Amino acid sequence: MTKKRWLIVAVMVIITVVALWSGAGAQQGPVVRVDGSSTVFPVTEAVAEEFQKAKRGAVRVTVGISGTGGGFKKFCRGEIDLQDASRPILSEEMTACAKQGIRYYELPIAYDALTLAVNPSNSWVRSLTITDLKKMWEPAAQGKITRWNQVRPEWPDAPLKLFGAGADSGTFDYFTEAVVGKAKASRGDYTASEDDNSLVQGIAADKHALGYIPFAYFEPNKGKLKAVAIDGGKGPVMPSLDNVVRGTYTPLSRPLFIYVSAKSAARPEVKEFVNFYLRNAAKLAQQVKYLPLPERAYAIGQERFEKGETGTAFGGHAEVGLPVEEILKRQPKQ
Amino acid sequence: MGDLKTLITRRKRFDAGFRAAGLVATLVGVLILLALLVDLAADGLARVSWQFLTSYPSRFAAEAGILSAWVGTSLVMLITALAAVPLGVAAGVYLEEYARKTWLTDLIEINLANLAGVPSIVYGLMALGIFVYQLRLGQSILTAGLTLALLVLPIVIIASREAIRAVPGSIREAAYALGATKWQMVRDHLLPYSLGGIATGVIIGLSRAIGETAPLVTIGALAFIAFLPPAPWQPAFPFVSFEWVKSPFTVMPIQMFNWISRPQQEFHVNAAAAGLVLIAMTLVMNGLAVYLRYRFRRRVTW
Amino acid sequence: MNIIKARAPGPLTPSVSRARPWLRFRPTGAMSGRRVQRFRERAIESLLFLAAFSSVVVTVGLVGILAYESIPFFRRVPLSEFLTDRLWTPLFADPHFGILPLVAGTLVTTAVALVVAVPIGTITAIYLSEYAPHRMREAVKPFLELLTAVPTVVYGYFALLVVTPALQRLIPGLPGFSMLSAGLVIGIMIVPYVSSVSEDAMRAVPMAIREGSYAMGATRFQTAVRVVVPSALSGIAAAYVLGVSRAIGETMVVAIAAGMQPNLTWNPMEPAATITAFIVQVSLGDLPHGSVGYQSIFAAGLTLMAMTFVFNLAGHLLRRRFREVY
Repeated sequence: MTKKRWLIVAVMVIITVVALWSGAGAQQGPVVRVDGSSTVFPVTEAVAEEFQKAKRGAVRVTVGISGTGGGFKKFCRGEIDLQDASRPILSEEMTACAKQGIRYYELPIAYDALTLAVNPSNSWVRSLTITDLKKMWEPAAQGKITRWNQVRPEWPDAPLKLFGAGADSGTFDYFTEAVVGKAKASRGDYTASEDDNSLVQGIAADKHALGYIPFAYFEPNKGKLKAVAIDGGKGPVMPSLDNVVRGTYTPLSRPLFIYVSAKSAARPEVKEFVNFYLRNAAKLAQQVKYLPLPERAYAIGQERFEKGETGTAFGGHAEVGLPVEEILKRQPKQ
Repeated sequence: MGDLKTLITRRKRFDAGFRAAGLVATLVGVLILLALLVDLAADGLARVSWQFLTSYPSRFAAEAGILSAWVGTSLVMLITALAAVPLGVAAGVYLEEYARKTWLTDLIEINLANLAGVPSIVYGLMALGIFVYQLRLGQSILTAGLTLALLVLPIVIIASREAIRAVPGSIREAAYALGATKWQMVRDHLLPYSLGGIATGVIIGLSRAIGETAPLVTIGALAFIAFLPPAPWQPAFPFVSFEWVKSPFTVMPIQMFNWISRPQQEFHVNAAAAGLVLIAMTLVMNGLAVYLRYRFRRRVTW
Repeated sequence: MNIIKARAPGPLTPSVSRARPWLRFRPTGAMSGRRVQRFRERAIESLLFLAAFSSVVVTVGLVGILAYESIPFFRRVPLSEFLTDRLWTPLFADPHFGILPLVAGTLVTTAVALVVAVPIGTITAIYLSEYAPHRMREAVKPFLELLTAVPTVVYGYFALLVVTPALQRLIPGLPGFSMLSAGLVIGIMIVPYVSSVSEDAMRAVPMAIREGSYAMGATRFQTAVRVVVPSALSGIAAAYVLGVSRAIGETMVVAIAAGMQPNLTWNPMEPAATITAFIVQVSLGDLPHGSVGYQSIFAAGLTLMAMTFVFNLAGHLLRRRFREVY
């Protein structure tokens, strides 16, 4: 093609781009910035999407996935308005926030149930007690507990293949605290992965496998995996919507939070977004296969937000096995 | 005489054997790429549609699209190319033509190889400290473009140096003999002939940059953004606006990574479709460089 | 050719002023001729120097930030423990901070990648440069470069979902995550780094040298291997450097396909973590950013830079020996 033709094509392309872009990117409204855990992300994404639809684009919401750690760093520097957190704020982060004068609301918004999954052709496991799990997963089990019958003698003498979350994730922290009694105390010789899909695949491919995955990854793969009932002291309970909401699936129901910066909450769009979040989280969480909190929990959260009660109920370290109402009964402290 | 004959036949057989081996080696690369593309296409081709290309992300896989993602990628790559290519070629020219061969230049050469090996996430961490916080460029397209430019710079510099080094000395000497100054020699004699190798470096570098996820997440690229950066023009004087460089954004690899981590199979299909679109975008981006290289390699007549 | 500009502003013939009309406004007196030219040359040289210096600035920035953030880490963990402990579990309740498992993971994965990429890449380059017809070469080259355009996330899942099961059929007992699988895929990914840059270098070798060799009765293979490759050695070495660097710095493929468990082993058929995968895992994870677990990624990054520096220094000294001048 001659130079002239190229020029004409280029001009036409530029005109098309101008036309389309001017049409699409016209809104200039305020932005609500959210960042943090990729576990909480699906819920926040759903809320953000519905909120933008409800406001017809007058308010815009952006959501990042820097991780709970990276998100808190930005949150405590005042760069984001909301933090998605799969664990409560820890003492180092509390100090960082205090240093910058950031006060925050701690609002639980959904449950994630850690599901113990086995291969469908696993016929011997009906339920697991916390003692069983501890025997399998504690640091002392490394290299020693390698067969099923070492956990319970009535189980077959077959290799025990373990799958679980990587050591940097909130899932790992919560599971180890709930099962072994101390956060991050775990054996090292299991198949760890950041990607829960590959854990699902691994368990589904190995007859002798056992692993812990978030409920959201178990649900769509019900055909490939079998969930195990967990006996937290009051009899075996299967992970399911009802059991989690009622609070009987303990201690492996972990609450997911959002933290809202008090300074940002002064802005009307942020206030609206948080209220919208608490009102709609129950429905939207279920749509993305997460588990809702009981109704009361959201109402208490909204009250707290209205009244301006900032702070955390956890004192800078995680706790496991607490039903959400217990958490919300406590008085939040900075 | 018979000895020589057997020697020649053996050598010729070797030659034919190597020709076959070379063809096989080349085909291995080609076939694996084809397998990858077919794999992606089998999963995702059906999903690529006008709706997919013009929708924003969504929790419903069927409604989710890559509009904000491909616009973000295009803008970020624009800045990366504008930053990395001139800087890289200029550095390559200096290091090869102007710098005196001391231990310092040797150190720079080793250093460049080092920089090429630094994992991209480390560039992201550095960019977070320097671009986002120190220079206050924010979590914006500009920061992303500059971060990726830093990532790509060593590749472009190394390839440019090699391309310039490969031009025979006779060409340089001919230019000097006719009275050209150094810069004239570089601009009119060296660069045109080394453009082919430089183009290869640019192609490889930009292709790598377009597929990066981790450093951009670190500097604050988003996973959900349902609007586009503001357009680069405005109704008032001076009619050109650079607001878009400071805008929040997302890029294609992040969307892909986000979707492929979800449990639902429909999101995996979306991820495959996005992968196909990304490869197509890379082809377009590299297209100019490939074309230039083709034209220039025809000119290499020595 | 534009040699005409080399002459000082002299007689402005009609043809020159028609082709470059701005020459009608050229300066005279103190602003003319050699002085301006020398000033311009110096200015251009300074600009180019700044560009080259930018690479030094980047290195200083990188090493600076790694070192600065590692200081609190090394205050808590003695260097001897860092270098000799055989376990890397900084995120566990009972932390161990031995970098050896990560170093082993990085080395083994890179080695596997190179075993794939170097032969395939070099042979491909020689074939395309010396044997293949022009059309084929110009068509295959950009197609191969497309291998670098595939996002690393796709490669990671390719390794996990296609390569690993295939290998498991060949090698029964291969675990679902392994360095072999990740290394193979990284090797394929860096083939264009090796082949394209080498091929450019070989194409640039003057035809006269090849013709001299053919005139002596050498076969294409002999010419390629004994004449062209040694002449292009500098470029081929640069191609290898780019390939190795890319393999060492690869993150996503290993993070997805090699497993996340640091494991001190030299057997590629086991899962392991590399330094890069660990850095990504922690920096995008849920760890608070002031903790020793988070700071360990900077120490790991510093180690990686030290490793690559040693390799590149060795490579550079080797290249010095074999540099060909013609």
